[in-house]
Amino acid sequence: MAKKKKKMPGLNTSSTADISFMLLIFFLVTTSMDTDMGLARRLPKPPEPDQEDATMDIKKRNILYVRLNFNGQLWIEDETTRGYAEISELRPRVKEFVKNEQNLSSLPEKHVKNIDLLGQCFVTDKHVVSVQTDRATPYNAYFQVQNELVAAYNELRNELSKQKFGREYQYLKDEEKAAIRQYYPQNISEAEPKKYGGDQ
Amino acid sequence: MPEMNTSSLPDLIFTILFFFMMVTTMREVTLKVKFTIPAGTELEKLEKKSVVSFIYVGPPTDNLRAQMGSGTRIQLNDRYAEAREVMDFIAAERQGMTNQAEQVISIKADQHTQMGYIIDIKEVLRKSWALRINYSATRRN
Repeated sequence: MAKKKKKMPGLNTSSTADISFMLLIFFLVTTSMDTDMGLARRLPKPPEPDQEDATMDIKKRNILYVRLNFNGQLWIEDETTRGYAEISELRPRVKEFVKNEQNLSSLPEKHVKNIDLLGQCFVTDKHVVSVQTDRATPYNAYFQVQNELVAAYNELRNELSKQKFGREYQYLKDEEKAAIRQYYPQNISEAEPKKYGGDQ
Repeated sequence: MPEMNTSSLPDLIFTILFFFMMVTTMREVTLKVKFTIPAGTELEKLEKKSVVSFIYVGPPTDNLRAQMGSGTRIQLNDRYAEAREVMDFIAAERQGMTNQAEQVISIKADQHTQMGYIIDIKEVLRKSWALRINYSATRRN
């Protein structure tokens, strides 16, 4: 006579859910999901040891000086105008400077350049935006200037890419982006900091 | 009334757990400096966390102020450092990276930091060929 097999009692798993909940909450507390954001910049290559002082012969009309003094006050200077300015004035000034729509003799010189996809263009690729700060300049003032400079270039590139390709810059193909970048190269120079105290 | 079958509940929760483990990152360092990062509009996301190294700049946190004072400090990993030590830090960070050319240095600096500190750090970064940097910031409209 076969004995009736005793049914093996199942392991009580009702608390597994609680355990995994605990683990879940632990991970939620100790980790962060915040996506880090920031202003991406590229530093120039380190100077060669035998390199002469990098004061290249840049025509004065090709340089836009953006200076920040120890107080974080902004000073914009090009060939015709100079003076203290508000941060909100920087973006239109830079755009006007880089674009030089009317081909004015006080703004960067234009010359013909052959760019793939765009053909013959009249560009100001010799312009330089020179950012100079004091060692005591607050970081925030410097950051806002960098932000405005990037914004100016981004707006110019967007305008051009909409005009040429009918789309915003970020939606372009890589080679189209390269063409736009050749048209509006970011020439931001950060020379050795000097003392720009004004009335220091 | 038959009870609801809850035997798959743990599996569900484990799935959520694994999801969170994948998408989040452990806080790696204890901050010894406090900072309010600036706000900007033209920001880009830091996509690949594995190639990013952080440099923190700011005054010491409140509980460390008694010993360390309130001057600006640079934090690398878990300790205070001088700007010139950034070079060794970059080299150490590069060790484990497979694509070293993509290395990005994220500078998390307090708004009121004097530019002298940032200039020094940038100079050392240039010398160590860590040219891709990122000024950490929050989004503003």
